[in-house]
Amino acid sequence: MSLKSLTKDWEPMSYGFLDASAKREIRRKTLKAIAVPGCQMPYASREVPMARGWGTGGLQVSCTLINPKTTVKVIDQGADDSVNAASIRRFLARVSGAPTTTDTLKADLIQSRHRIPEEVLREDQILVLQVPNPEPLRPVQPNMSIARQMHADADYGRMWLQLYEQIVRSGRVMQGASYPSLVHGRFVMTPSPIPRWDVPKMHMAKHLTILSAGREKRIHAVPPFTRVEPLVFDDVPYRVEEHGDLTCTRSGAKGYFMNEIPQPDGTSTYEVSDSELGVKTIRSSEGETIDIGQTWYQNGEMAQ
Amino acid sequence: MTVLDVRSLTKGFTMHHLGTQMGAFDDISFSLNAGEFLLLKGRNGAGKSTLLRTLYRSYLSQSGEVLFHSQHGVIDLARAADVDVTYLRRTEIGFVTQFLTARPRVSAEALVAEPLRLAGQTAEVALEQARHWLGAFGVKQELWAAYPTTFSGGEQQKVNLARTLILPQKLLLLDEPTASLDVAARAALVKRLAELKAQGTAMIGVFHHPGDVAELIDREIDLTPDAKPKEDREDVAI
Amino acid sequence: MMDAPKIVTTRPLLIARNVSKAYGDVQALSDVSATVYPGEVLGIVGESGSGKSTFLRSLNLEETPDTGSYTLDLPDVQGNLFDLDRYARRMLCATKIGIVYQNPHLGLLMKHSSSGNVAERLLVAGERRFSVLRDKARDALDASEFPLERMDAPPIELSGGMQQRVQLAKAIALEPALLLLDEPTTGLDVSVQALVLDTLKKLQQERKITMVIVSHDLGVIRTLSDRVMVMRRGKVVEQGLADQVFQDPQHAYTQQLVHAKL
Repeated sequence: MSLKSLTKDWEPMSYGFLDASAKREIRRKTLKAIAVPGCQMPYASREVPMARGWGTGGLQVSCTLINPKTTVKVIDQGADDSVNAASIRRFLARVSGAPTTTDTLKADLIQSRHRIPEEVLREDQILVLQVPNPEPLRPVQPNMSIARQMHADADYGRMWLQLYEQIVRSGRVMQGASYPSLVHGRFVMTPSPIPRWDVPKMHMAKHLTILSAGREKRIHAVPPFTRVEPLVFDDVPYRVEEHGDLTCTRSGAKGYFMNEIPQPDGTSTYEVSDSELGVKTIRSSEGETIDIGQTWYQNGEMAQ
Repeated sequence: MTVLDVRSLTKGFTMHHLGTQMGAFDDISFSLNAGEFLLLKGRNGAGKSTLLRTLYRSYLSQSGEVLFHSQHGVIDLARAADVDVTYLRRTEIGFVTQFLTARPRVSAEALVAEPLRLAGQTAEVALEQARHWLGAFGVKQELWAAYPTTFSGGEQQKVNLARTLILPQKLLLLDEPTASLDVAARAALVKRLAELKAQGTAMIGVFHHPGDVAELIDREIDLTPDAKPKEDREDVAI
Repeated sequence: MMDAPKIVTTRPLLIARNVSKAYGDVQALSDVSATVYPGEVLGIVGESGSGKSTFLRSLNLEETPDTGSYTLDLPDVQGNLFDLDRYARRMLCATKIGIVYQNPHLGLLMKHSSSGNVAERLLVAGERRFSVLRDKARDALDASEFPLERMDAPPIELSGGMQQRVQLAKAIALEPALLLLDEPTTGLDVSVQALVLDTLKKLQQERKITMVIVSHDLGVIRTLSDRVMVMRRGKVVEQGLADQVFQDPQHAYTQQLVHAKL
């Protein structure tokens, strides 16, 4: 028996970049967040080789959950190939040795900024959302101590007041992204800046969603099969973006959330925001046998 | 039927800034029946108005009792709880003063209708009645919707009378209501008082010119100190 | 007059007993007691620093006195309200007690719409229908004689008198059992003051709202109150019927106060 057999070889960093105690803290806080759906749990956000505000919260959760068998997918506003998504994907693969994919169906762990994929996620998949601003009450209560009391009291009248003001001023609810939603009938959370289109996907979803804010040092979660209800007035129904009738000019996919591409002549064309769905649609129309999963929206309508 | 039973009522004022006491009246007793009209006499400063205000509880008496036979039983107004006095003022005891305390920006007719509305009448009925009485006391129709704060003294007094006399009360206290009234209004007032008296309202009044109401007066009390008692009933001591 | 004979059988709505509060060495309130019957208006007068505002804030459960008790005779409201926890206080104040502050900044969200300010109170009570919020806010603003064409203007764009009306509309939107007014007309010019007073009087007569009003303006108190309580240095100096306190003040301080009125 030698000292060498009792110790590990020198490594430049821990597995998954974060040291074991950081990962343990995040696991514990994540479990807490799952136990109290929608409630923000504070954690000691560590330094990662990326600037705060660029997805460090999501990255830390991904680094914690990852193992060599986890297939990772990273998207940024629906796209797998944007600079940020590509960098984070490469970083995760490098620190963990985990395989990567762009196919939603093949991924075990999906880290995403501002979108939920259009294909329905399964029980065995985890969605990690990057959150810039975890506190839904911040616009109505700048004092975070009071905001926490308001959460404790379920004192959410001011959130509806915000909607009231929007309807009075603009004739409709103007909140486009980060639509405040009531989780499990108790806590109001921000679902991160996903469009209104994506919020119904969280309701009674089969997958686990973990939302993590690195700069603000908060984790909250939506466990599988949990109610997520956007805050609405009883007589003013919740409306998603009117993208149901739009067709992607590149892939021909119809009835999904679209990116608007302004044209020189003043009109707009649209292409599907979930880039991998667009790619799959093009390849299947070219005759390839492609497995496109069931989508949440069918013919532009949210499936019940 | 007795309405009011006053027993050895005494009132004086303490003037703290002078450190002195000033007596107003001493040991006054009388009783008053329904439909009876009692005239208070006496020279200036004899305490006529003070007595009325003490009965109304605007002034606190120093000793004695003011037993008022209300619909809810006998109550000593000198000691009754504030809330009861307020209630009785609203329902059973009226007070006509020489001055109108008009609220800013309330029309004459609304002011007159107020007691009826508080007594539970609908706004329309109350307003109709109010206009009737404003007319009866000779307030010009174009003034009905105007603010009484701008009226002349006489017109204000008419509004005041209409307001106080609109609702028949069990006990009515009159503090020189005829002052600053013209002849026609005075006649209307006497007519209304006679009407109320016939309905059983007991009245205590102070008048500069008692001749105006001579035919209504049943009894007189002279408050001038050392005046000879003029009480003609043996069961009542002054 | 605790043992005064009574014919009115209603129970008092509000009973505050022996309320005392000290800030360090300063005794802000000492043994202040008050009883208010349903539909009654109690006026509290006194100079600056007399403790009248502290007492009013205690009634709104914003202050916790050192000693004393406070009860409201309402269904589902029991015990000494000073003993309630923060959550229970908040719910009670949000639904049963309305308050109008001297400074509209304390009572209003200055940059939200006026109707939204009124709606907030309904939202706290759990109303979640936009149309109902809108209608009730409009009714409350109308009852406060607020010009409805400006109902969606933020208070910051309104005059002081209008801001007080928004506060009033907010306070009465849920038909509170008790309306507290802290110097509601101070800082308004005389003509606007008269309008606000008139609105208050109308509300009091039409809705029979029980009010406690604090002011150093004797005219305001005299116009609105059934009963008056005079405070000085944290103590109740005198209380009685409004006209009695003003016409026949018993205490030396009250006499001084009444005679000082222009």
